[in-house]
Amino acid sequence: MASGILVFLEQRNGAIRKASLEALSEARRQANGKEVTALIVGENVKALSAVANKCKPTKILVVDNAQFANYSTEGYAAALTTAIKTVDPQYVFAANTSMAKDLMPRVAARHDAACVTDVSEIHVAGDRLEVVHPMYSGKTRGIFELKSNVSFITTRPNIFAVQEAENGHHAEIVDLPVTADKIRAKVTAIHASEGQKIELSEASVIVAGGRGIKGPENWNILENLCGTLGAALGASRAVVDAGWIDHQHQVGQTGKVVSPQLYIACGISGAIQHLAGMSSSKVIVAINKDAEAPIFKHATYGIVGDVFEVVPKLTEELKKHSG
Amino acid sequence: MKIAVCIKAVPDTETKINLAGDKSNIDFTGVRFLTSPYDEFAIEEALRLKEKNGGETMVFSMGGAECTDVLRDALARGVDNATHLSDPSFTNLDPLSTAKVLAAAIKDGGYDVILLGQQGVGGDNSQVPAMLAELLDLPQVTVIMKLEITGNTFKAEREIEGAHETVEGTLPVVLSAQKGLNEPRYPGIKGVMAARRKEIAVKNAEALGLAGTIGTDKAPLKLKEMALPPERPQGRVLEGDVDTQVKTLVELLKKEAQVI
Repeated sequence: MASGILVFLEQRNGAIRKASLEALSEARRQANGKEVTALIVGENVKALSAVANKCKPTKILVVDNAQFANYSTEGYAAALTTAIKTVDPQYVFAANTSMAKDLMPRVAARHDAACVTDVSEIHVAGDRLEVVHPMYSGKTRGIFELKSNVSFITTRPNIFAVQEAENGHHAEIVDLPVTADKIRAKVTAIHASEGQKIELSEASVIVAGGRGIKGPENWNILENLCGTLGAALGASRAVVDAGWIDHQHQVGQTGKVVSPQLYIACGISGAIQHLAGMSSSKVIVAINKDAEAPIFKHATYGIVGDVFEVVPKLTEELKKHSG
Repeated sequence: MKIAVCIKAVPDTETKINLAGDKSNIDFTGVRFLTSPYDEFAIEEALRLKEKNGGETMVFSMGGAECTDVLRDALARGVDNATHLSDPSFTNLDPLSTAKVLAAAIKDGGYDVILLGQQGVGGDNSQVPAMLAELLDLPQVTVIMKLEITGNTFKAEREIEGAHETVEGTLPVVLSAQKGLNEPRYPGIKGVMAARRKEIAVKNAEALGLAGTIGTDKAPLKLKEMALPPERPQGRVLEGDVDTQVKTLVELLKKEAQVI
């Protein structure tokens, strides 16, 4: 009888994603006394079990060999499938990242199983979990029941809190031997994107710009504010389509859906498809010249004013406070 | 080269979303359906592959009457043939059931490349491409920004957090398109006229060998109900000159909102 939760922890370059620790922490909260097993896949990743241990899983499975140095759909699917066979979990959790969105549906199909991606809430309903998945870019949400023997869930980053214990917990660490016999699509290179240091979907603070910044030569005003706040830089569709900035920065429908603690919209009017991508942010600050801009209806705090005057002053004021 | 493209008819992204009375879905009254935006990149890439390598293109769409317009639009852009996967049991399907229907339609077609959008706008699942690849036992590259096909090999770049991955392999392959892959063309008047005269093939569950196997009652994933998100509390516009506004904002972010 399937029981407990298996959590796939994503690691790249020897670091476990924070969003994965969020998924693991949420699994612990939802496990209701059942076992929580963490899975780490890669090459030379054994040391990462110490990081996973802080979130207090019952067990940590480590798949460690050269075949898994880079992510591949089929290799990692083989590892996850072996882990599922070993643990027989009722649920498999992962953070909703590009890796999990590539991997989890594939493995779910292999098990003829229910899968819900980008989950923003999880509730216990009897002996099952019920999950909330935002739809239409957050304009509505679906409440889903997952009824397969094993079911798959990916959690939206920045929603679920990381819960770590400093010491006193010792998860059982198990080496899981896996050989992927068939990797037909291979990663042959990874190129870091220019500019963005902090991934938008995982950033706790986002500063975003729209038409109001007047041209691509003015991003530095927002970048200075980003630097002071440790924020990621976002953008509206209008400025991406105008070619002022790369698509990886786009927030909204056909871009990224984000849920940071703080979202500062600079010179963004607030088109419905932009609002859909950021309205689940905890606090929204709007800075816009036009007092009638729709963004003000959604903002926690609004400043009606010129981005070119307000943003540099805001950067200075924040520097005073952090210094 | 044989190329298949799977597209979805979705409500216009500018649609104001209301729920149906029984909360089982959104209210489709007066909603205009369009090709899911990411699928437009898939169609465009299929057309470019054919222009470069020769061959034929086929577009599939699963669903009700709303599929006809998006299939005609794909034909108008230059896709050769269209198949509508239509059956009463194909209504409101979850991603895995959708992938099963598409796999049944595609599996014996001898396709070299199968293209989809990386996400159907609305359902926002991003699941069907990877599920389809699994059901067809093919390699996959999802969320691609760049594609080169030389002979029977592919080289694709996919978008990941803060980087691009280059993925290589041998055809056939399932690919899902991200914005940025190309700049989709609009159908010309000639194409629109020609598309009107083309026949759209229709396949139901029986024709696909799926009679009695597909349906919301057969899937392990159930949509219990839909709900609108909680309303955001009324915010406030800060008063005073710019210096005062900025000082007040920083105070509020620190003390009231406690986010910095």
